[in-house]
Amino acid sequence: MENKVIIRLSNLYKRYPVGNGEFIALKNINLSFGKGEFTGLVGPSGSGKTTLLNIIGSLDIPSDGIAEVMGQSVSSLTHKQSARLRNYHIGFIFQTYNLLQFYNVFENVEFALLLQKMSATERRKAVMESLEWVGLTDKALSRPAQLSGGECQRVAIARAMVKRPSIVLADEPSANLDSANSHHIVQTMKKLNQELNTTFIFATHDEKVMQYLDRMIRLKDGEVVQE
Amino acid sequence: MLSLKLAFRNLLGAGLRTWLNVSVLSIAFVVMVLYNGMLDGWNRQAHEDTIVWEIGGGQLWHPLYDPFDPLGLQDAHGLIDDQMKKLIIQKQLVPVLISQGSIFPHGRMQNVLLKGIQPEQDILKLPANIFVNHIGKEIPAIIGSRMASFTNLKKGDHLLVRWRDKNGTFDAREFNIVEIFQSNVPTIDNGQLWLPLNILQEMTGMENETTILVASSGYKGGNIGEWQFKSPKYLLKEIDDIIKTKKAGSAIIYLLLLSIALLAIFDTQVLSIFRRQKEIGTYIALGMTRSQVVRIFTIEGAAHSILALALGAVYGIPLLYFLQKNGIPMPRSLDSMGVAIAGKIIPVYAFSMVIISILLVVVSATIVSYFPTRRISRMKPTDALKGKIQ
Repeated sequence: MENKVIIRLSNLYKRYPVGNGEFIALKNINLSFGKGEFTGLVGPSGSGKTTLLNIIGSLDIPSDGIAEVMGQSVSSLTHKQSARLRNYHIGFIFQTYNLLQFYNVFENVEFALLLQKMSATERRKAVMESLEWVGLTDKALSRPAQLSGGECQRVAIARAMVKRPSIVLADEPSANLDSANSHHIVQTMKKLNQELNTTFIFATHDEKVMQYLDRMIRLKDGEVVQE
Repeated sequence: MLSLKLAFRNLLGAGLRTWLNVSVLSIAFVVMVLYNGMLDGWNRQAHEDTIVWEIGGGQLWHPLYDPFDPLGLQDAHGLIDDQMKKLIIQKQLVPVLISQGSIFPHGRMQNVLLKGIQPEQDILKLPANIFVNHIGKEIPAIIGSRMASFTNLKKGDHLLVRWRDKNGTFDAREFNIVEIFQSNVPTIDNGQLWLPLNILQEMTGMENETTILVASSGYKGGNIGEWQFKSPKYLLKEIDDIIKTKKAGSAIIYLLLLSIALLAIFDTQVLSIFRRQKEIGTYIALGMTRSQVVRIFTIEGAAHSILALALGAVYGIPLLYFLQKNGIPMPRSLDSMGVAIAGKIIPVYAFSMVIISILLVVVSATIVSYFPTRRISRMKPTDALKGKIQ
């Protein structure tokens, strides 16, 4: 099955100034990702996984080269366009969940939809559906402080998925979870990938996650060493 | 609306820190309204009392009359002409003759102003009508309670009074204190002895003469010959100036209170942005623009003022109402300013004053909330997400 390419990276470099010199976090990255992929960027700490994920998510821009996401060049987007891209097409899942502490589960998941100006009825329907996917409908009124690590990450998945994005970027999603929860989380994401054809791109060095990946891109010192 | 909703949610979620800031800000607001209300109430009472007791609808002054020059009183008197007489009969003017004298209460000597006024006048609240009951008997005089207190005189006391007539000849007689009146206006009380006009005119040899004429509120005549008409606005200027000075002084107090509250909000904002970098990064990752995030945090800070106004209304309205109903007691020592001041001030809370206070609180809270949030515009979302100190 030919998957439409939704992310294209060409001759991508990312440099950071360090003292009088510079540090090259990404070197000559040439990759593309299709619709519905379940792919991981694997490698040790400092290999550039998170940097690459941030560029794909338009939270950062490349120093050289092209990063095209959903047909748009990340470098040429304005702040507003970049925010809109993230709002409608990209979901994020973070290692530390990054849930909003003063909001309950329902409100955390709903937050992304508030920015899309949906009606309250539509939002409620989408949020409950999303919570059903991750099996947390009974925790809708709980606050993050009342949830376990696994439950928090499932809320984060629901939040990322509620807007039915084309792309979900997961940065070390299992790093703060025990073995059982890690498997459960990745299985949930795999299921969503298959049912909704959402592209999942992971940054991970966790073997428990790698076993579920359809495609692995190995990074070392900012370069792709194996695909 | 979204920013407002999120801002209030975050603010209320912060708990005690929010309520501490809100409490201080609400106290500043209530104090502001109370102080201004008290001064406005004092101003109004002082105006009203001075008008009814001393200045009426204005005064006509003899060209040589200067209330601040007692030595000039010797020459500051003139004939009541026909035009004035007509207005006196119509009760639009009442003459007051002023002369210097000395009294000897209980063996001491004190300089006083002798003021003669018609017993039948009804322009001023002064109880001169009491003289009518004492015609043909001893020379009656009335004094104010402050004068009575200072000289240790009581109703019914006899008092030796010495004066000079228009030719400079000294004379003395005994007067009977027939009444001690209560007034909030010290300038018709301290160091003054009121007696029937005709008696003072006879004593001083100034028949049919007067120093000033007090006008009624209906008087529209203006100057009469060389006699200058002084409007109530002119005559109340001193009170207005004192109130203005008081207001300027009180402004320092409540601006100080407001500054403390605003500093607390500013500090809270700075700390908030520092501590919540991860949250800021999350907002941006979820699709908010930087300006939306700045707006949320600015509104959060500014919302302190909304909560402060609400809290201020909860305890402030009953408190301010109570004070308005019962008045604020004033110490008698304030008499020394020479300005009319009642034993109790009834505060006046003008709508415009309350609105200005509200606007001042809200606008200043918004401004101090905005400045720290500018830092958000310079934040790197990638570092913010890591909670990295920037």
